[in-house]
Amino acid sequence: MRIKAWRYLLPMGVMAITTLYALKADNSVIPDPDNAGLKMPDGFGALLVANIGAKARHLSVTPQGDIYVKLAKLKEGKGIITLHEAANGKATVTGSFCNYGGTGMYIKDGYMYASSNTEIFRYKLDAQNKVIDQENPEKIITGLKAGRQHETKSLVLDNDGNIYINIGSPSSSCQIQDRGLHSPGIPGCPLLDSAGGIWQFKANKLNQTYKDGIRYATGLRNIVGLDWNQQDNQLFVMQHGRDNLNSSWPELFDTKQSAELPAECMYALKKGDNAGFPFMFYNQITHKKIISPEYGGDGKKEADAKYLEPTAAYPGHMAPNGLLFYTGKMFPERYRNGAFIAFHGSWNRAPEPQKGYCVVFQPFKNGKPSGDWEVFAEGFAGIDEVKSPSQAQHRPCGLALGADGSLYVTDDVKGNIYRIIYTKK
Amino acid sequence: MKLVLSLLLLCAPFLLSAQTKTTKTKAPAPGMAASITRGGLVYKQYCLSCHQADGGGVPNMNPPLSKTTYVTGDKTRLIKVVLNGFIQPVEIDGESYSNNMAPHNFLTDQQIADVLTYVRNNFTNKATAITAPQAKTVRKLNKK
Repeated sequence: MRIKAWRYLLPMGVMAITTLYALKADNSVIPDPDNAGLKMPDGFGALLVANIGAKARHLSVTPQGDIYVKLAKLKEGKGIITLHEAANGKATVTGSFCNYGGTGMYIKDGYMYASSNTEIFRYKLDAQNKVIDQENPEKIITGLKAGRQHETKSLVLDNDGNIYINIGSPSSSCQIQDRGLHSPGIPGCPLLDSAGGIWQFKANKLNQTYKDGIRYATGLRNIVGLDWNQQDNQLFVMQHGRDNLNSSWPELFDTKQSAELPAECMYALKKGDNAGFPFMFYNQITHKKIISPEYGGDGKKEADAKYLEPTAAYPGHMAPNGLLFYTGKMFPERYRNGAFIAFHGSWNRAPEPQKGYCVVFQPFKNGKPSGDWEVFAEGFAGIDEVKSPSQAQHRPCGLALGADGSLYVTDDVKGNIYRIIYTKK
Repeated sequence: MKLVLSLLLLCAPFLLSAQTKTTKTKAPAPGMAASITRGGLVYKQYCLSCHQADGGGVPNMNPPLSKTTYVTGDKTRLIKVVLNGFIQPVEIDGESYSNNMAPHNFLTDQQIADVLTYVRNNFTNKATAITAPQAKTVRKLNKK
């Protein structure tokens, strides 16, 4: 008799649990039990949306649950991967297209914009935000310079039909011998005429080249993370500061100073701004603009005050690859209109331990940084202390906002796509 | 006295070959061990900030120094990398590396020999030593 009852009860119980689980899992987005390996403040959770096994750079997420990811390097001959999310937030790859690697990816006003390292394309979207013709994008900008380093073209649009493109400096500090010991700066750093800044173009005009664009801001070594701040109606960028202060100028900077300096700076840009690269760098400890050793500096002499003051400054070499102003509603009030920054993680801090490999939150109030930055999501690297960058399992790169206010993060080591949600009611 | 000297000279080849034999069976020879030690210091000062303490390099930027024929293979090519730097596109195991390496021709022949012997015998590498005369020869040819 007892056995008989179990025969009925057990399957019923299993069914009930399964149904409950299925209901929960299928109809709502819940964090993974291990938060996809990430650690966040109390109340937040994370799930692994997908792993695409590719160098995932910037991304866009549509309200219909489609995800477009730009790849640094082609995977099976394609440079953009598309995914679609199930109701539980887990996504599957639905396709891939485009024959160029790159970083930039942004959706605005019915178009998806994507970049190779020398050109910018746009794809018209249908009412469901799907790319209508994957094979025939409009080429809007061509012939941009790309060195071996800082070659990626990040992009963002304003609300007036303009697109802003980073053109990075092909050298670390405009030295005669790039990264050379005691190598002086090239007088006047002529590469700034076509690199080391942000260029503005029209978003809807085809085949534009340098002559059609405006050097919107100069003296910016390399920008990967950038976003349009809707409160300020202004472009914000994150600069990758110069390397090798110790290895080029060991008499002026010891390895500890060289690990901390210079700052990774956030700049709020206006047309015509000059942030001073390569003639100066920003010391975030003394809050001073310092003349670069390549241009007559001794590590202490202050630079010309005309150069743009950073909006905020972060420790050296952490490599800010993603910037996103949080305009969603899911996260608590204090996060609204603040900045999330994806720090790819350092290499030029060695022999000191590396830093970064995390997503940082920078509080903002009335369109200006307000209070200290804080680590928001960490654990990407999979190890407590990264001594050498190749040890990092994952490195955060791109950021995107979901329609429900979720924060998406890409990883360009193995291609994880994370989604961070707020779970506290 | 003369007799002792000439005896020594006569024996020299045997002594040398005996030494070579021990090198083959026991690693590394005292000269090589000292070179590796000195090379470690050169590495720390001039190479580590890019190629890292573990020789792992930096993905996409600075090439790793382990398990690559660039390090364990042709000595001339390797010495030239140090002398001339490296600014051309390179693919190692399907990955490309983009940072520029500046010429390190300010290092002495002995420093080049030491640091290369160090990297050829670290980071899981095991390869023969590079000597100062070898570095000198490549430097001479490099100038022409």
